[in-house]
Order: sequence, then structure tokens, then C-alpha cells
Amino acid sequence: MSSATNAVKIKTENLDFYYGANRALKNVSIECLDRKVTALIGPSGCGKSTFIRTLNRMNDVVAGSRVEGRILLDGRNIHDPDVDVVDLRRRVGMVFQKPNPFPKSIYDNIAYGLRINGLKDKRRIEAAVEKSLRGAALWDEVKDRLDDNAFALSGGQQQRLCIARALAVEPEVILFDEPCSAIDPIATAKIEDLIERLKTNYTVVIVTHNMQQAARVSDFTAFMMLGELIEFGPTPRIFTAPANRLTEDYITGRFG
Amino acid sequence: MKPSTRKGIVQAIGFVGLRAAMGLVLAVLLLFLYDIGRKGGGAISWEFVSQAPRKGMTAGGIFPAIFGTFLVTVITAALSVPLGMSAAIYLHEYARQSRLTRLIRLSIRNLSGVPSIVYGLFGVILFVNVMRFGTSVLSAGLTLGLMTLPWTITASEEALKTIPNSYREGAMALGATKWQTIRTNVLPYAVPGMLTGTVLGLSRAAGETAPILFTGAAFYLPFLPKSLSDQFMALPYHLYIMATQHHAIQQVRPLAYGTALVLIVLVMSLNMTAVILRYRLRRKQR
Repeated sequence: MSSATNAVKIKTENLDFYYGANRALKNVSIECLDRKVTALIGPSGCGKSTFIRTLNRMNDVVAGSRVEGRILLDGRNIHDPDVDVVDLRRRVGMVFQKPNPFPKSIYDNIAYGLRINGLKDKRRIEAAVEKSLRGAALWDEVKDRLDDNAFALSGGQQQRLCIARALAVEPEVILFDEPCSAIDPIATAKIEDLIERLKTNYTVVIVTHNMQQAARVSDFTAFMMLGELIEFGPTPRIFTAPANRLTEDYITGRFG
Repeated sequence: MKPSTRKGIVQAIGFVGLRAAMGLVLAVLLLFLYDIGRKGGGAISWEFVSQAPRKGMTAGGIFPAIFGTFLVTVITAALSVPLGMSAAIYLHEYARQSRLTRLIRLSIRNLSGVPSIVYGLFGVILFVNVMRFGTSVLSAGLTLGLMTLPWTITASEEALKTIPNSYREGAMALGATKWQTIRTNVLPYAVPGMLTGTVLGLSRAAGETAPILFTGAAFYLPFLPKSLSDQFMALPYHLYIMATQHHAIQQVRPLAYGTALVLIVLVMSLNMTAVILRYRLRRKQR
């Protein structure tokens, strides 16, 4: 366990990823610190989503895909044969680009992850549902209608529900794959506030196509292009004094 | 003429064409039902649906045929529902999409187009002769089961296709195993669609004559099948006999129409069951 702040939570070493013959990630080495927010920015198709999906091995299911290099979670290679991918995904939660609530009640959406992980005690599930919804700043809006279908919520509420659902299984890391690309600016502001608060307890990695968002929420920023990591460093430095010409061109809007 | 009005006219013509097409289909169906209802309605009575045929099938009812069709459909379902759904789950959720699975899928599609008499002859060889089930309700049910299998698999796979991938990814990202994901977050939403397709396949099987002709259906039996290895009477075969093979064909004509009416009502109520079942299950999820 990494209890000290700023310990390395996730580390990738020379990570390559292939879709068939197509090399989508080239030699990516990044360190994500515990209880910090690491943002990944870059033009569309730069591999940032592919990268984040390797961290909880969601890309395993893509036919013909292949990973080379190492991904270490708390110093342990997540591709080691004795690592249980199911356990890995419980520890490394994920919030997707489009809110994807299940067609169940609000309550059952949150309880789902607990139940599949074997929790049966109703009281404990109930307590965890409330705690998760509070953690995702949604409790006050839904506490009187927990039995309503999750589809009845607005887009922004649905996304916070998905965050609550991820929190319920008590992960250590939360991956956000462009969490605000499908919701309005006000809902986006709420989610950014939430991410700010989440980092007191969790390691956060966020992919975003919105540079202002990266500047607002993250402590570290990685700029990627065409599958390569161009520059990685503390967010203020990346946005004020980028070392690489490509990074500068991108953040000043010369291409995108 | 302004372009907008021209577009409006084209659209109006299009709609008229589409409505006419639908009207034509509906008219044929209604005419068909009306004709059978008018000619067969007179034969329908409590005795007709509850008694066995008498006097060389010129009098009495068709209960053994109703019972036989019901029994054989149950066997058909017992084979094709679990096997078809499982195959669809495997093909859609587990199998890697490769040239082999494409070939398998293509073969299944082709099998659903094979004439039913071919299934009948195949059933004779496999179930009656090789597996020694004899000409029996079991052989006939299994033959019909094989025939409906491609329909069940295809319908079930289509139902699985309608489940968004985000349900699967969402569940797996929470630490669900593949099977947990399928069982708790895919199947509950796919089953209504799977059942609908399956019941439609069964209703088609219930109306088939050729596959049961050599595998178990009997011309006339004085008793009901007591076990799965007995022969049975079935509505479609009974109708075929009454309409083409009977010695007093004019005399039994109303009985033939009555049989047709019962068969149609049976098949239609199976289809209605599918519709209601789907509606109920869908509403329960809301």
C-alpha cells in the first residue's frame, strides 16, 4: 500500500498497444501519483482513450489487440498471470464518455457493483448506496426517488450516478474517459468540482479533449500525439512553459 | 411549381403507395380469415374440440389432433429453446468474430431456408432409424426442434445485438466477470426479444406437416399417445388428410375447414402470447 502522499500509484513503462498491426501506443512511460489528478490531452486519435483503457485492462476484450511493456499498480505488473482482472477492475474504476446507467432503478444501479462482488447484507448495501451518492454529490437530488429508473435523470445527473456507481465498490483509482463530452457546461462544472474533491481519497486519471478542463482539474498533464507521449509534467508548467514545440502549438490552439 | 410543393406531392404519392401496400396485405389476410371462418365456423362445437373422430373421420371431433400438436410443440420447445438460446449467447458473447464464426452464422441462416420436407427425411434417418426412437411423438418433436433451431438462434442473436455494449463495459468495469455481466446485465434485457422470436418459431413448427409426416404423425389413432414413443395425431396432418386423402372428401369438407380454423386460432394465440409476454417483461423493467 502506498500511504504516503505523492507515492507512485500507477506507472507505465515503455507501453505499446496494438490493434492488430496498428500500433496505437508507442513507448508510453508515465507515472500517476497517488491522490493526484493526472490529465491526458491531445488531438483526436492520439491514443489517450486507448491508454486509459489499458490501465484497467478494458482493452482485453478487443479482438486482435496486444499489449507490450509494463503497467504497474502499486509496483505490481497488472499483466502478471496471477493478477485477477476482475479484482483489478474493482480496484481501478472507470467512468465512460457517455453516461451509461443501467436500465434499473437509481438504487439498483449503485447496488449492482456491490451485489456482483458478493455483498448480500441489505443494511450494508443501503449504507453504501447513500455514501456513494453523497460522494458523487447526487444524494440530495435523488434521495426521495431512489426507486425511479436511472434513465429519468438528466445527462449530468446520469454521469454523477455512474461516478457514484464506481465509488460504491471502493476503488483506489478512478479513470475518467472524457466524462464531460456528452453533457452541458453547468453539469460539467459540477463534475469538475467533484473530481477536485475525489482526489483527497482517490487517484484520478482523466482523458479530456478540453484543455481548459485539464488546466482546471489536474495536477499533472500528459500531452499525447499519434500514440506517443510528447510531454508530461506538472499542469501549471505544461500550460505556461511547455518544453516541446508541439505541446505549445497544441495548447495555444494552432492545431487540434 | 415551387420546389417545396413538388417535394410535398412526391411525399404524398409515396405515402399513398405505402398505405396501399399495407392495405393489400391486410385485405388478403382478412379475406383468408373470413373465408375459413365462414366455412369452418359451422363445424366448431364443444364436441368438435373435445371428442375423437368417429365413423371413419366423417363425424366426431379432433381432440387427439389438438392434443398431439400441443405435445409435439412442447417437445420442440424443450429442444430448441435452451439449445438455441445457448448457441446464440455463445456466438454473440463468447466466440471470437472470425472467418469460422461467420461461416457458422451463414450456415445457420441457410439452414432456416431448407425446405421442411428435408428436415422430415433427415429426422427419419437420425431419430427414427439411427437413434431408434421409432415413428413417435419424440422423433417428430425433435425433428421440428431441429427445424426451428436456426430461427431460435437467429432471433436470439438479434435480441442480444440490441443490448448496448455500454451495459457490458459498465458491468465489467465494476469488477463483474464475463458470465456475471451476461447473466445480470445482458440477458434480463435480451430475454423478451429472444422469447418473442422463439415463440414465433414454435408457432411455425406447430403448423408444419412435412417434418412430422414420416417421423411420428398418424393418419388415425383410436387412442391418445401414452408415452413419448407412441405415434400421435396432429392438426396440420389431419387437415392434409381431410382435404386431400379422405374417401368422402366432399362430406368432410366442413370438418376440414373447422380443423383449419382451430389450427389458425392455436397458432395466432401462440403469437399473441409472444406479444403479451414481451410487453409484460418490458414493462416490468421500467
